[in-house]
Order: sequence, then structure tokens, then C-alpha cells
Amino acid sequence: MKQSITLNKVTQLMGFGFLKPITALFTGKPQKEDIVNFLKKIVVPLLSILLFLGVWQGGSTALFNKEANFKIEKALADQGQAAADEMKACIASGEVSCQPNTLPSPSQVWVSFKTLLEDHKVITADKLAFKQKTAVMNEKRVAAGKDPITYTGRPSFVDQIITSLKTVFAGFVLALLIAVPIGIVIGLSETLRSSFNWLIQIFKPVSPVVWLLLVFMIVKTLTKDSNSDSAFIISFISVGLCSMWATLVNTAMGVSSVDKDYINVAKVLKLGPMQKVFKVILPSSLPLIFTGLRITLSVAWMVLIAIELLAQSPGLGSFVWEEFQNGAIDSNSKIIVAMFIIGIIGFLLDRIMLTIQNMVSFNKNEGV
Amino acid sequence: MSTATINTKGADTITENGIQYPSKVMLDLHNLKKVYPTPKGDYVVLEDLNLQIMKEEFVTIIGHSGCGKTTMLSMIAGLNPISGGNIAVLGNPVKGPGPDRGVIFQAPSLMPWMTALENVMLGVNQVFPHASKKERSDIAKYYLHKVGLEGSFDKKAIALSQGMQQRVGIARAFAIKPKVLLLDEPFGMLDSLTRGELQDILIEIWNKEKITAVMITHDVDEAIFLADRVVMMTSGPRAKIGDILNIDFERPRTRKSVLEHNDYYTYRKHLIDFLEH
Ligand SMILES: Nc1ncnc2c1ncn2[C@@H]1O[C@H](COP(=O)(O)OP(=O)(O)O)[C@@H](O)[C@H]1O
Ligand SMILES: [Mg+2]
Repeated sequence: MKQSITLNKVTQLMGFGFLKPITALFTGKPQKEDIVNFLKKIVVPLLSILLFLGVWQGGSTALFNKEANFKIEKALADQGQAAADEMKACIASGEVSCQPNTLPSPSQVWVSFKTLLEDHKVITADKLAFKQKTAVMNEKRVAAGKDPITYTGRPSFVDQIITSLKTVFAGFVLALLIAVPIGIVIGLSETLRSSFNWLIQIFKPVSPVVWLLLVFMIVKTLTKDSNSDSAFIISFISVGLCSMWATLVNTAMGVSSVDKDYINVAKVLKLGPMQKVFKVILPSSLPLIFTGLRITLSVAWMVLIAIELLAQSPGLGSFVWEEFQNGAIDSNSKIIVAMFIIGIIGFLLDRIMLTIQNMVSFNKNEGV
Repeated sequence: MSTATINTKGADTITENGIQYPSKVMLDLHNLKKVYPTPKGDYVVLEDLNLQIMKEEFVTIIGHSGCGKTTMLSMIAGLNPISGGNIAVLGNPVKGPGPDRGVIFQAPSLMPWMTALENVMLGVNQVFPHASKKERSDIAKYYLHKVGLEGSFDKKAIALSQGMQQRVGIARAFAIKPKVLLLDEPFGMLDSLTRGELQDILIEIWNKEKITAVMITHDVDEAIFLADRVVMMTSGPRAKIGDILNIDFERPRTRKSVLEHNDYYTYRKHLIDFLEH
């Protein structure tokens, strides 16, 4: 029983409380309410997934038919009956060149997902081979003071995901480094808070696109005479600037609304300003700061895709954009794969933040 | 009362027959006034309030809810600005809060993210910056021991019961070795059994440390049991000291001996008559 308690605690802490019915079912003797719980929390959600897939399948079939009919009618109008029949046969045969371009079905998306993974394996093997092949030569080049030859092949889907994660992480860290200190300073002073309020209120709702353009203007000039990777710099700075506002506002709010009793204790003990900030104000506003950081991370991930797409910096955003422009037969389903990956990663990032948030929040009984 | 002979001009000495003695006055509230500005105009909570509290004395304060007890105590603590008159501690006017006046609030006000020991250490570190780390933690542990928390040093404050938290509050207040301890209904939120335990603890440490204590309470029995003098405040607005009752029971007192004392019901009647006048 003790084991299941700790297991529950862990899943609860990680925000995976919905797994509880399963752990309840398999640890210890299942009770009647465990089974009812299992039905409610597992079976019904599974049904909802099936419903989702059903609607998707139905929708994509309807769209496919509409697009196919349109193609056949167009062939009929342009080139006559023979061409229309040919088109009909071509579509039915599954021939790539004449397939209607529309919302892909779940199974097509699944196939594309597997294709992308295969592709990743191939590219990884390719990279490894390249590395082995150039290892000796690169050593010589480095010894001679020249730059080593690097792999310049196409990045795989997984590489794009990793690039996106790096960008979002850099942007998040930037947001944290800007927003938390400024939030603390603003939170401490009523005067600063009211004088900087206009700035926050005006810049908070600005769209990611505009931030990107602003950052582009500045970074382009700053990196004029260096050959560093300005696309990455531009996108992570834009991500940071777009997403930092929630943290800024929450930090300022947390710091300014510290329980008056704590402040009185600090006054009676005559804590110095540093002590007051680090021993009293910051710990007591940590829960709010982390709420802000959690929002910041989810906003960062959301705007990242748009920003990568516009800044043409590598990552999931440009993957989506390239596939869209590519217009190959499985491009649409690859875009849908990317959509799910983006959603799932966003969900996982949020869970990680929630876990940290639960660990730092002290408004719970723990440590007993 | 012997207060009549004391020079109240804020000096730390008294002069009697031309000879100077150290003053026995710890706290001197002189013509104290407090005004809260409100949208409907100024609200005068306290006016012409005069009170002297002796060294090592235990004074309890009773009065109707809203009459200004907390206001008065927080002004002594230096947490609330004075509108008129003055407050002196050992002859020195109060200018702000400081560790010479420890405060125990009604809510325990512990930092919930710290352990019991860390909460007490927070004050000790501040007041004894030159002591070694070991000495400081010994002081904190000594007082936690005194309040019966020797087994809970490393428990997070949030994990302690209300009564235990208030024990830490008492330890924290005594550990900074204040001259005056100010208590604002510290046991108001506790059940009567816990309250009795904490009263005993409080009185024991107070007796040992020989400090001055000023405690607001709404419990007449508590006021009598703990105090050398019970100070009664009139109802606001413009509240002042209405009456003072000397409690002449010997110390150490037990609850039983107090209850069985002949004067107990006289005292009790006096206080209740005042509150119900
Ligand atoms: N900050 C404040 N501003 C305005 N009025 C206040 C403030 N604090 C207390 N008061 C008023 O002053 C009176 C005395 O309050 P308080 O000292 O808390 O009374 P007590 O502790 O005796 O119950 C009450 O009427 C209360 O409403
Ligand atoms: Mg009060």
C-alpha cells in the first residue's frame, strides 16, 4: 500500500493525476470505485479519441471526394469525357501524380510519421558515415589551422525538433533573465510599478510577427560584420521578447503582494534589503513567479513555430513551411504529423513546468 | 501604585530627594494619539492615552473589539506611525521597529517555506551577527526546546499545527532577546487546552528571561492568570486607558491556586463590570 501511495504522489506531483485510476487498478486489490473510476477516467477518454479519429476520417473522406469530383469535372470541361474517365481511373488507382491535395486521413498521417522516422534513421546513418569518412581529414585540417568540414545535408525531422527545442529553451532562458529581475525591481516599488505600467500594457499584446521584425531590424545591423548564425539569434530573441510578459507581470505581482505579516516580521527583525528580498520576498513569491514562467514557456513554444517560419531559421516552423511549399503528395500529412508533435511537446513542456511549480509551492502539506 | 513618583519626561532615571535612581519604567506612552484618515474624514482611534509599563512587568490589555488595542501595540512595535504624543522605550523615543521589541502576532506568521529552526534562526542571525554559526543555532535550538519542539527542528513550518506554529513564534520572539515582548491575542485562534499549555510556556520563559511583556487578550481569565496588571481600554473612538487592575497573586502561579484564591472572583467581576458598563 505504501508503494502505491508514493507512486500516486509522484504521478500527482507531475500532473499525471489522470493515471491514478490505472495505478489504483494494478497496485493492491481493485475496489468497486476503482473500477468505476477506471471506466470514467480511462475508458471514456479512450472513446473520445476514437470519436476524434472517426470525425477526422469522415471529414477527410468528404474533402477527398469533393476535391476528386472537382478534378474530374475540370478535366471534363477542359478536355472532354475521355480525359475525365482517365482522371477518374488515375485517382482510383492511387497514382501519385493525380491525387487530390486536401486534408489527409489519419492512416496517411500515420504512414508519414513512419516515413519521417525512417528518413531520420537514414540521415543519421549518413551523418555517421560522413563523420567517419572525414575524421582523419578533419584532424589534419584542424592541425593545419583550417576549419573542419561539416555535414551540410538536409536535417531530419528529429533534427528539426531538437533545433526547435534549443531555440525555445534559449528564448525561455532569455525571458527568465529579463523578466524575473525586472519584475522583482518593479514589484518592490509602487512608483516604478505605476510608471512602467504603460510600457507593459502596450507591449504585452504586440504580435510575435512584429517582435520578429523589430528584432530583425536590430540584430541585422548588429551582426553585420560577423558571420554568426543570425537566424537563430533573431528567432530566439523574438521568442523571449514575446513570451516574457507573463513572467514579468506575475513576478511583479508576487513581489508586491507578499503577506503583510511576513513584511512586518522582516521589519521587526530589521532584515537588511538583501536579506528581505532573498529570505522573505522571493521565496514567498516563487509560486506566482513559476506560474508566470509556465505561461511564458507555453507562449514561447506557441510563437516559436510562427517565428521560425517567418525568420526561416531551422526548426519545426520551417519544416512546416517547406512542406507546405513543397506540395509533394505526402506534404499535407507531414504537416499534420508536425502539428501533433508540436502539440505533444507543448503538453510535455507544460507538465515539466507544472512539476517544478508543484515542488516550489509551499501551500501544501509536505515534509511530514 | 508607585508610578506617581516617576519622572515621565523621557529620562531613564528618576530623582528622589535629589538622588538619581535608574528608572523602573520600560515603556512610556505619553498623550498618545492615533488618527486614521478615512474617506469620510479623519477617524481618531486613540487620544490622550497615557500608560507606563515597568521593567519585568507582565501587563495584559483588554477592551472591546475595534477600540484600538492592535493599533496601540503596533505603534509600540514601531510598525504604525504615531499621530501625536510619544512612546519611549527606556527613555528613548520609538522611531521604528527593532529587535528590542519582539512581536508575536495573532497569526503565527512563520515563513512557511522554512523549517521551524530556520524561522527562529532568521531572527537570531540578525541579532547576533558576530556569534559563530554553532552558537547561533544553539540559541535557536534552546528556545525551540523551551517551547517543547525539540523533535521538530527540521519540520517545515507549514507542516506544523497552529499550536506548534505559535510555539515557534514564541521561540522566535524570545530568541532575539528583546527588552519588551508585544503579543497581540497570540492564543486567540487556539483551542482552550493548547491555549493553557502555551500560557504556561509563555509565563515560564518570561519569568526566566526577566523581560517586559505586553499582551492583548479578549479572554478575562487569561488576562488575570498572566498579568501583574490588567489594563482596560475604553471603547473608541478616542479610546484611552479606562482603568487598571493590580493582580496581587504570588508567582509562580498555578491555574488551580489562582482559581481557588479569594480575590479571583472580585478581580473577574471588576473586569467584566468594566467591559459591560
Ligand atoms: N489602517 C487602518 N485604516 C483605517 N482604519 C483602521 C486601520 N486599522 C484599524 N482601523 C480602525 O481602527 C479601529 C481600531 O482598530 P484595532 O486597533 O485593530 O482594534 P482592536 O485591535 O482593538 O480590535 C477600528 O475601528 C478599525 O476599523
Ligand atoms: Mg486587534
